[in-house]
Amino acid sequence: MASYLLRRLIQSALILLGVAFITFFLLYILPADPVRQIAGRSASAQTVENIRRELGLDQPFVVQFLRYLWGLLHGDFGRSYLQKTQVAELIASRLPATLLLMAAGIACELALGITMGIVAALTKGRFADQVLMMTSFVTVSAPQFVVSLILLYIFAVQLSWFPVGGYGTFRHLVLPAVTLGILGSGWYARMMRSSMIEVLATDFIRTARAKGLTRSRVILRHALPNAILPVIAMIGIDIGVFMGGVVVVESVFAWPGIGQLAWQAIQRIDIPIIMAVTLVSAVAIVLGNLLADLITPFIDPRIKIR
Amino acid sequence: MKNLLASTALVLAFAAPALAQDYTPDPAAKQGGEITVTYHDDVATLDPAIGYDWQNWSMIKSLFDGLMDYVPGTTTLRPGLAESYDVSADGMTFTFHLRKGVKFSNGREMTADDVKYSLDRVTSPATQSPGAGFFASIKGSEKMADGSATSLEGVKVVDPLTVEITLNRPDATFLQVMALNFSYIVAKEAVEEAGADFGKHPVGTGAFKLTDWTLGQQLVFERNADYWRAGEPYLDKITFQVGQEPVVALLRLQKGEIDIAGDGIPPAKFTEVMGDPAQAALVVSQASLQTGYITMNLNVAPFDKPEVRQALNMAINKERITQIINGRATPTGQVLPPGMPGYDPTYVGYAYDPEAAKALLAKAGLPDGFETELYVYNTDPNPRIAQAIQQDLAQIGVKAAIQSLAQANVIQAGGEPDTAAMIWSGGMAWAADFPDPSDFFGPILSCQAAGPGGWNWAHYCNKDLDAAAAAADAMTAPEQTTDRMKAWSDIMAKVMADAPWVPVFNESRYTMHGPRLGGANELYADPVATPINFDYIYVKQ
Repeated sequence: MASYLLRRLIQSALILLGVAFITFFLLYILPADPVRQIAGRSASAQTVENIRRELGLDQPFVVQFLRYLWGLLHGDFGRSYLQKTQVAELIASRLPATLLLMAAGIACELALGITMGIVAALTKGRFADQVLMMTSFVTVSAPQFVVSLILLYIFAVQLSWFPVGGYGTFRHLVLPAVTLGILGSGWYARMMRSSMIEVLATDFIRTARAKGLTRSRVILRHALPNAILPVIAMIGIDIGVFMGGVVVVESVFAWPGIGQLAWQAIQRIDIPIIMAVTLVSAVAIVLGNLLADLITPFIDPRIKIR
Repeated sequence: MKNLLASTALVLAFAAPALAQDYTPDPAAKQGGEITVTYHDDVATLDPAIGYDWQNWSMIKSLFDGLMDYVPGTTTLRPGLAESYDVSADGMTFTFHLRKGVKFSNGREMTADDVKYSLDRVTSPATQSPGAGFFASIKGSEKMADGSATSLEGVKVVDPLTVEITLNRPDATFLQVMALNFSYIVAKEAVEEAGADFGKHPVGTGAFKLTDWTLGQQLVFERNADYWRAGEPYLDKITFQVGQEPVVALLRLQKGEIDIAGDGIPPAKFTEVMGDPAQAALVVSQASLQTGYITMNLNVAPFDKPEVRQALNMAINKERITQIINGRATPTGQVLPPGMPGYDPTYVGYAYDPEAAKALLAKAGLPDGFETELYVYNTDPNPRIAQAIQQDLAQIGVKAAIQSLAQANVIQAGGEPDTAAMIWSGGMAWAADFPDPSDFFGPILSCQAAGPGGWNWAHYCNKDLDAAAAAADAMTAPEQTTDRMKAWSDIMAKVMADAPWVPVFNESRYTMHGPRLGGANELYADPVATPINFDYIYVKQ
């Protein structure tokens, strides 16, 4: 177990190094100059060169990248080019909101998705199944902007049940989390359905039924733990998606998450912020997957970690 | 120096009030009240040496002051932290007399040392100020830029209330530069304490002070009780909420939850809002000092031929383009926007005439037209405008392929000598830094700006006009103002004869505010304190 963990952690570190290198390189070869974004319109050529030198952007790629890594190793994400604030501070200020929305969003996705998936699997081919799969198809393809605005308009503007955007209380959290739950539940529902159908067709389920166990016991105790494995793997990926930010939902509900920070940084090529957000979400994906792999043996004893 | 000049009676003192009729306060204005303003984007920085976007521009104006200022809602200069100033006869030395008893928001009194410190700071490369180039006419600025000096030679502290600034050339725009955000006075000890984080912990002499900044959520400005302009500002508190989608901000404004939607009225909602008389009454519209234009790159054939550029000027149906943006602009045929000194209302430019355009193309040896590229910033409504331009050009046989890119990529392509044949400037168009025609020439039409990385995307360079511009800006005496503006109208007419641009329209700014807010319309569409002059708006009780 310990050696497995060590091996996985080393692998993860290498993956992160690769992500850092590729992102940094892509930003370097981008046909757009961050210095001119900072310098703005009226800056003289001398001003532009001065800013480039002050930021070390006149250095060759390798030097810039090594400097960045050196900073990272010392816990320094650098300063935002445009906000002139420590990137670590900017990320830290948005992390709580991001994590909260992630947890609530995934909880809603799972509650909706798993329920829909199970019901669909049990009514396979019948009307309820078709309606549910149609619904899941619509929700995963619905534009975030439209769904968010519709929910906001009905429940916040018209009915005033919830505040029109913002952050701070449980009431602020409900609408964005439910929106994300609806939007993401389709993936889980489809995954759950197919996995459940597969499991229900296996011999041990037939044996369990033949033993005379109740239908609910068969489903909840025998089928579900086996069918849920791929869903858990999916959560690992989902965590990464949420950490990269859910720009549109955050923007409509004025939720101060990491997505808005990333979006603005990309617009204006604020490299230190783009790098940091990319790395944070990469770490989340890697850890999420690792966690999912570590959890599976507890759910399915057939899987052993070596 | 001052004494020498005074003794030789060479000093021509211009009493500052002669320069500007000062502001007549709104009789209905009352102190008190709190308002909420929303923006989508996060506020970048409140450091006056660094902040340079339309959003933080007016916020910084409310936290800091410069030696010079503008009469609210106008482009007229008035004295700011300098009570008055003298100019030497040759126009090369300005002596500013500071107001007594002006306090920073940390309670300390502002002195001439702070003025010197602030100007040294903004011109120092370490500050990374985008505006350092505006100070090029101050003696010693080149040594600051190349790092060989740490203090501006031309800025001298005479006594605690007197600063003398010597120029290296006569500069008619110098007082405008002294009213620019970049020259605002900062408190040295606050800069030293906060270091690079000064933009998050600003300390100035302005009408408001920053009392809270929750990153990614909100900023709170509270009235500076020690403000030196008696009775101002009117508001007790302004809360700026950030991170809100403009469509949602409008909903909240309609619900009465907020007072100003800082990002304006989203295009999709414009017709609906303007169609409702009650809502339309709350909308303020004002022409801004801005021109939207198409650049034609003189380095890219066939735009090296003046006839081709003139032909394109006749081919664009500007009325139709204006309709695409709900009529939120006025078509134009010249570089300077109306409202800018030097704008020539009698100038007509090239009339829309596709037949004449075709004839001119034939004369240039291109009877069948040609193929070219049109670069455009990829946010609405710009791609739609580019399509309209594309259709107009097709009428005269010019096939333009649209390159719709992110803003940074368009700017990059524009700065390269021979990459972008044509660029539609929308979303990146030139808006004035300060209300003077020279600001519409030096950075976007001069030979210097035509180099790699510049904003002269037409790569247009006419040495005669550069010389004429320099001559116009050397006319510094107040009685020369009329001649100077005439010279600038003339320069701009000659630019249009060479036709490096197709000027398309001057945009109007539309701001919607809640019914409880008061203040003249000009304050909600201030030509200088864009977009809103927070110091003078008030809450009606």
